[in-house]
Amino acid sequence: MSVWLKGIAAALALTFVASGPLDAAERKYEGVGRTPTAEEIKSWDIDVRPDGQGAPVGHGTAGEGERVYLVKCASCHGEFGEGGGRYPVLIGGHGTLKDMRPEKTIGSYWPYASTVFDYIKRAMPFGDAQSLTDDETYALTAYLLFMNDVIEEDFAVTQDNIGTIEMPNQANFFMDPRPDAQPEGGTACMKDCKDKIEVIGRARVLDVTPETGGDTTEGAEAAPAEEKTEQVAAAETGDPVAGRSVFNKCKGCHVIDSPKNRVGPSLHGVFGRAAGGVDGFRYSKDFQKVGDAGLVWDAATLAGFLTDPKGYLGGVIGKEKANTRMAFGGLRKEEDVRDLIAYMKEASAE
Amino acid sequence: MAKKKSNTTGDGGPGLQRRQFLQAGLAGSALAAAGTFSAPKTAGAAGLEIPDWSRQLGASVDDAPYGKPSRHESGVVRRSVEWLTATRESSINFTPLYALDGFVTPNGICFERHHGGAADVDPVEHRLMIHGMVDRPLLFTMEDLLRLPRVSKFFFLECAANGGMEWRNAQLNGVQFTHGMIHCVQYTGVPLKLLLEEAGVSTKAKWLMVEGGDSAGMNRSVPIEKALDDCMVAFAMNGEKLRAEQGYPLRLVVPGFEGNMWVKWLRRIEVGDESWQAREETSKYTDLMPDGRARRFTWEMDCKSVITSPCPENPLTQKGPNVITGLAWSGRGTVKRVDVSLDGGKNWTEARLDGPVMPKCLTRFYLDGWEWDGNPLYMQSRAIDDTGYVQPQMTALQKVRGVNSIYHNNAIQTWHITKTGEVENVRLA
Ligand code: HEC
Ligand code: HEC
Repeated sequence: MSVWLKGIAAALALTFVASGPLDAAERKYEGVGRTPTAEEIKSWDIDVRPDGQGAPVGHGTAGEGERVYLVKCASCHGEFGEGGGRYPVLIGGHGTLKDMRPEKTIGSYWPYASTVFDYIKRAMPFGDAQSLTDDETYALTAYLLFMNDVIEEDFAVTQDNIGTIEMPNQANFFMDPRPDAQPEGGTACMKDCKDKIEVIGRARVLDVTPETGGDTTEGAEAAPAEEKTEQVAAAETGDPVAGRSVFNKCKGCHVIDSPKNRVGPSLHGVFGRAAGGVDGFRYSKDFQKVGDAGLVWDAATLAGFLTDPKGYLGGVIGKEKANTRMAFGGLRKEEDVRDLIAYMKEASAE
Repeated sequence: MAKKKSNTTGDGGPGLQRRQFLQAGLAGSALAAAGTFSAPKTAGAAGLEIPDWSRQLGASVDDAPYGKPSRHESGVVRRSVEWLTATRESSINFTPLYALDGFVTPNGICFERHHGGAADVDPVEHRLMIHGMVDRPLLFTMEDLLRLPRVSKFFFLECAANGGMEWRNAQLNGVQFTHGMIHCVQYTGVPLKLLLEEAGVSTKAKWLMVEGGDSAGMNRSVPIEKALDDCMVAFAMNGEKLRAEQGYPLRLVVPGFEGNMWVKWLRRIEVGDESWQAREETSKYTDLMPDGRARRFTWEMDCKSVITSPCPENPLTQKGPNVITGLAWSGRGTVKRVDVSLDGGKNWTEARLDGPVMPKCLTRFYLDGWEWDGNPLYMQSRAIDDTGYVQPQMTALQKVRGVNSIYHNNAIQTWHITKTGEVENVRLA
């Protein structure tokens, strides 16, 4: 029993003393609600308890269950209960509970057989709940228990034995022992609580966060500025924080914090890279020429390019205006260019 | 530690920028991003041109009989993580915590978790049955329930799996996804104790089985002690009837306990002397330990907190004065204190608890007077409740529970503020 339960039990004892038992003979709000008929109660009362209480009259074997299973369950749970997609696995997983990737199934994990019946009866098939007869439900229970090596193939599950079938993992459940994981001495440290800070994981690296789209998380998509950002010389007079807003103009076409191409090539690691140098990105002809002419991206070349993309590239390949596919007119404010480049330097670092 | 800088920096720096930023916001050139308004640093002068809304008539009183948030806030919505579940009906979405202030969650953005879709229940046909070990089984219509004395109380509701994706490592980059399986509203309803007294519960009764009317027939066992303590059968939230996705017309309120027990579309309460061991308290909502054994009946939501701004969705846009704020809660009682660390947990400063501080309710906190100097840092918050429970670091939790228990992750969250003001979900050793 948890500490909490003990506390409540004590409190409850007091309540009873103070306010008398709850099975008082009299109602206080007589006339509100009515007595349900025995028939009403019976038709609502679909639950089955571990001791078998509530189990309706009926029976079924694994063989009968398999036939129902293949028609009504296999489409989602797999022909062999193997799941698939993210549909629950129903069969197997024995001995995996201590593994890195435990597989919790009816056989490997569930403590009571009654739960199989109770759950299938109320909730399955998904989207057509409470459509199974009691015999079908017993048969499916038998099938799933047999496939999980809990019962023999010819064992008929009935209202009389559903409360007696022993599940292999039953003894491995225990009452919640929390609170746990508390500091020694029980008090929270306020000063000099640890020596050093070591980062061992970053959500950005995994990249499984859904795209939130639109304006809504403007800025949420950006750079994993590593510790090395601190070493970036203060010589770049631009303000990287302000530069991040300027980069909003580019975000629709460019990813900067990972090597993903969009409409435009990834800008990850762009500093020091040859123009047109992202493998697998289809640059325009003129852009390839710029690359062949030896243009390398650094703060100065980027500043020129971003101020006047077509004119600047044209200058490199001896044209008035280059024919680049980057549909962007250029930044007018010098301050924006400086801030943007300061930001790009932080954000594009590999 | 908050570095206090003098406000007279002389370079027209933070103070001036802040003013321009505010003016830009007022002039409306700001676009609403995330939980804040963002505007270019060098916004134009304010008020030189008269905007349309200052000249022309606005919407009429008949245009929106049921109002919605400003269209500029259209991004503030529940979001889901597609790869989490097999179907969209048995699934979950997340409250946009980054966009909220105060401690109350607006009804339309309270996270949803259903196991068979959100049922569309006709309140006229809906009934609540109480039977089992009682003297008088009872059947109530919604109309009946509205004739009984009722109470209104604020409680948070947190899914036991909140943060469940973060056990192994920092995985989702947004407070909406790391902490958004929580909401906090004011419930109105009839105390469960009153209904049980009407039915006359046997002194031998130890458990209730509560069941929903959705296609999952969601059922859970509730210990009688809790049922007689502070549970409610609620029909309203934040002053209006429950939203369909929150169990309209009737849901159970089980303060401080995991959200799965707050059965929605509540149709039946059976009183008994043993627990039911339903699928949702055996296959699910049990906590697997490293030794292969599992904790069951892990009901209470332990004390927890998180900084909701800054966060990945709310990056810093300016150096100088900035607001640090977040939420704290405890399923075991009342939040007593929240500490904030700006150096990854080395040193801590007590934050200010704002607004009403109530048991089993979200509590808003602020760290006042903070100025960002532009350097990267690691931000954490840590809550302590009135039982003395201290929110643990993930390393402490993992030491006891390993990484496969899915539920009840109440670890301290670290946000890495980068030099560019972006915020990243990171895990510290
Ligand atoms: C349309 C797809 C679909 C069909 C058909 C279906 N199921 Fe399911 N089943 C699910 C989903 C989805 C879940 C998980 C629901 C949840 O967690 O909310 C589930 C859960 C279960 C579980 C619980 C698994 C666990 O580990 O907790 C069992 C047992 C089960 N189904 C049995 C059946 C049986 C027996 C049938 C056939 C009568 C069936 N299902 C048909 C989709 C389906
Ligand atoms: C409408 C889409 C679009 C926008 C907006 C845009 N770009 Fe581009 N960008 C491209 C395309 C497409 C290319 C490749 C050009 C080509 O092949 O002609 C490119 C190329 C580049 C390159 C050269 C990369 C390389 O691999 O050589 C840089 C640097 C660059 N863009 C930076 C920016 C910046 C910074 C901004 C914002 C100020 C920006 N771009 C805005 C589409 C865009």
